[in-house]
Amino acid sequence: MSTLLIIAILLLGFIVVFQIAKASEYVAVLKGEKKTFEQNNKINGFLLLAFMVLGLIGVYWCNEMFKGKILGEAASDHGEKIDTMLYITLALTGIVFVITQVLLFWFAYKYQHSEKRTAFYFPHNNKLEVIWTVVPAIALTVLVGFGLVYWFKITGDAPADANVVEITGKQFGWIYRYAGKDKVFGKKYYQNINEGKGNQLGLIWDDKSAQDDIVTSDAMYMVVNKPVKLIINSRDVVHDVGMVHFRMKMDAVPGTPTTIWFTPKFTTQEMKEKTGRPDFEYEISCDQMCGKGHYSMKGIIKVVTPAEFALWMAKQKPAYVQANPEAAPAPGPAAVDSVKSTAAATQH
Amino acid sequence: MSNEATVHGHSEVTTHEVHHDDHHGHHHQDTFITKYIFSQDHKMIGKQFLITGIVWAIIGGLFSVLFRLQLGFPDQSFPILEDLLGSKWAAGGKIQPEFYYALVTMHGTVLVFFVLTAGLSGTFANLLIPLQIGARDMASPFMNMLSYWFFFLASIVMISSLFVQTGPASGGWTSYPPLSALGDASEGSKAGMDLWLVSMALFVVSSLLGGLNYIATILNMRTKGMTMTRLPLTIWALFFTAVLGVLSFPVLFSGFILLLFDRHAGTSFYLSDIFLASTQKPLPNEGGSAILYQHLFWFLGHPEVYIILLPAMGMASEILSTNSRKPIFGYMAMIASLFAICVLAFLVWAHHMFVTGLNPFLGSFFVLLTLLIAVPSAIKVFNWLTTIWRGNIRFTPGMLFALGFISMFISGGLTGIFLGNSTLDIHLHDTMFVIAHFHIVMGVASFFGMFAGVYHWFPKMFGRYLNNTLAYIHFWITLVGAYLIFWPMHYEGLAGMPRRYLDVSGWVSFNQFDGLNRFISIVSIIVFAVQLLFVFNFFYSIFKGRRVKTPNPWGSNTLEWTTPINPGHGNWEGEIPEVHRWAYDYGKDGRDFIPQTEPVSATESKH
Repeated sequence: MSTLLIIAILLLGFIVVFQIAKASEYVAVLKGEKKTFEQNNKINGFLLLAFMVLGLIGVYWCNEMFKGKILGEAASDHGEKIDTMLYITLALTGIVFVITQVLLFWFAYKYQHSEKRTAFYFPHNNKLEVIWTVVPAIALTVLVGFGLVYWFKITGDAPADANVVEITGKQFGWIYRYAGKDKVFGKKYYQNINEGKGNQLGLIWDDKSAQDDIVTSDAMYMVVNKPVKLIINSRDVVHDVGMVHFRMKMDAVPGTPTTIWFTPKFTTQEMKEKTGRPDFEYEISCDQMCGKGHYSMKGIIKVVTPAEFALWMAKQKPAYVQANPEAAPAPGPAAVDSVKSTAAATQH
Repeated sequence: MSNEATVHGHSEVTTHEVHHDDHHGHHHQDTFITKYIFSQDHKMIGKQFLITGIVWAIIGGLFSVLFRLQLGFPDQSFPILEDLLGSKWAAGGKIQPEFYYALVTMHGTVLVFFVLTAGLSGTFANLLIPLQIGARDMASPFMNMLSYWFFFLASIVMISSLFVQTGPASGGWTSYPPLSALGDASEGSKAGMDLWLVSMALFVVSSLLGGLNYIATILNMRTKGMTMTRLPLTIWALFFTAVLGVLSFPVLFSGFILLLFDRHAGTSFYLSDIFLASTQKPLPNEGGSAILYQHLFWFLGHPEVYIILLPAMGMASEILSTNSRKPIFGYMAMIASLFAICVLAFLVWAHHMFVTGLNPFLGSFFVLLTLLIAVPSAIKVFNWLTTIWRGNIRFTPGMLFALGFISMFISGGLTGIFLGNSTLDIHLHDTMFVIAHFHIVMGVASFFGMFAGVYHWFPKMFGRYLNNTLAYIHFWITLVGAYLIFWPMHYEGLAGMPRRYLDVSGWVSFNQFDGLNRFISIVSIIVFAVQLLFVFNFFYSIFKGRRVKTPNPWGSNTLEWTTPINPGHGNWEGEIPEVHRWAYDYGKDGRDFIPQTEPVSATESKH
């Protein structure tokens, strides 16, 4: 009912506006075209100036309103670089924005039609044109320079001591894998994926180094102040690992692993205090359209102290053990035999 | 050679013998069908493109209103939506996720291709190229007609995809595989996706037929004295637009063909290592690269941005100069910067792919080339500013929209410097910042260019004026509204809020923007309503608008204003006028304007 009412009001508004517009056309004829033109021109000239002034105030006001809601302190070392780059770009483009917009609207207002004025015939001026080719070129060189320095730092190789975590996207969630005690990721093949049998990633159980791999979907744990390298995979369509607080992002592409690395600076607990939000979590948002659940494809990162990390790790059971409960007491020759037999079984 | 041919063709018209187009017979004997439907008159084809574009713009705009309702009011239900759209797409008056994604996909496809490509350059290339270069029609009027009808076919197929049971394509306007390749991954990747691909293929055909024709016409059919450097900037812009389209659309087409093969022929161009949760089965495909599609797509996708923007730039240049009563500043620099943009447009596509795992070293080249585009763009802005400086400006509706175009182009262009920088793109990629950026710089700015063109050339198209008061209302609400919608979106993007999220209430990181989303949605509905006011003004004025009484209402130099108020097929009744000067002699030697057809007098000062 209320919708119909709104539509009716809109229609009525339309008709009223149209009638006024129609009437104004007749008035214009009565008043004479020249007088109407001059009046309209004055009004629009004034409005352009007013728009500029109110617009700039609006920009300032909008900034005041939202500046507390956006960035916050970057929670990774790379994030700091990105923020610095952002502020450099913001300063430079901000200056250009204000100058050009002010000139545009000021000129429009100042040089509006007047009987007394004649337009200045000014078809070109090489000196001016060279100036505004060279100055932007220099400014952009600065931006490219800063940008590339940071870009290569961020995309460079991860330090050798970095923790490595594999993260795999699927419709619609994330799977995390740790290499386990041997610090080597086991081999996997996507044809082996079998969710019913507890093999979400298609690990090859025959491969010894796969037997201690830890696979979880609960949360990705990482140690504060220790570099972490993510190996990013996808099981179905293209996803994207977006981590706003670290300012990091990388696509997850099926068939083509990608990597990023960074060093988290604050534990989740510290961030809860810093942001004043007890419900704070480092969230992973999927940033690449991946289907109907795209908007809800969330992962959680827990940044913890080394001690907490060790404790958490100790509690994890390898995926192999979970998938093959009879093989639980891992070491020993008997176990190895059963490994072989179950591996053979899973392959059939 | 070409001029002789043109003159020859025209003499046939004046002597009322056979029209130079044999298929048609005599142009005065046009039936309703040959005049309004299967017309080969470039002006009529332009109008067909424009009106089809307007219909599409209403549909595409309506889609955005629908999905903004969801994004702005995620916890409310609108029972009327269920009545209108059925219980599959809007169960309980709430837009379902599949439908939300179908809406954003169609909104993007429709506006980028059907409105801002076909509706914008289709309209104005057809209308203006023969009129402004002094030709009776396009090089091939028949091909030109085909171009429209392929577009029409593409439209029919796209519309029909809205009505298939599994819904239209819903993988985003970029349709990245594997999502778009696998029906089991998404409802929209079933029949809807096939129709989308067929429609887009037809669209590419239309675009190529049109583009080749525009290039051939501009190069060969110019009237006597119309050297390339005397062409109005509109024509230069439309020329580069056509070149961009002809060189890049085929690449997109090849990408689509491979996608069709992957969908139906069991190939693995884009597919590898896929296990689908919905079927619990691994696919046999191995060795394909999903990224390959992105390269093929963006090799068109980025030039496409300029295909959309260049005509708006050209028209804004022309309208600014005419209404400032002052020559365009730096004509040659304007052409050079158009050329530079045209070349660079082909060398920056991978800046859409900085975070796909692209080699960082390769990425660095794309950073450099991308930011390089800012140089010709800056030249254009400063030249426009100098054009209005010390002018004598008339704020016709066309002029206001041209000024609005510059304002939008500056605002959106500057945020491009953020996104083109790979370091910042890591954080901003696929966030609302991108949405704000490209809506301002290519969406709103190009729309402003298009509106400027419509208001400026409406008298030429229909021999009547649009209602001025409605035009001013349209301009002011659209300008203010566009900034209110898109400016605050930058802040959402800076906070990392991803695009294509239909509900952010479940995210600790993004749910601080509930109120802002609601505000943006409300403003967008108002702005949409005002566009309907424009559409009403457009159709009403075709039949009832104030009549144009003089052939040159804006006091303009270019050739289209030397034709009769309502030109017939062939444009000029007598001989095609000869051109003696460039198009921008406004305010020279104390004269308000000197048309291009006026010979240069001995006493005239040089520029």
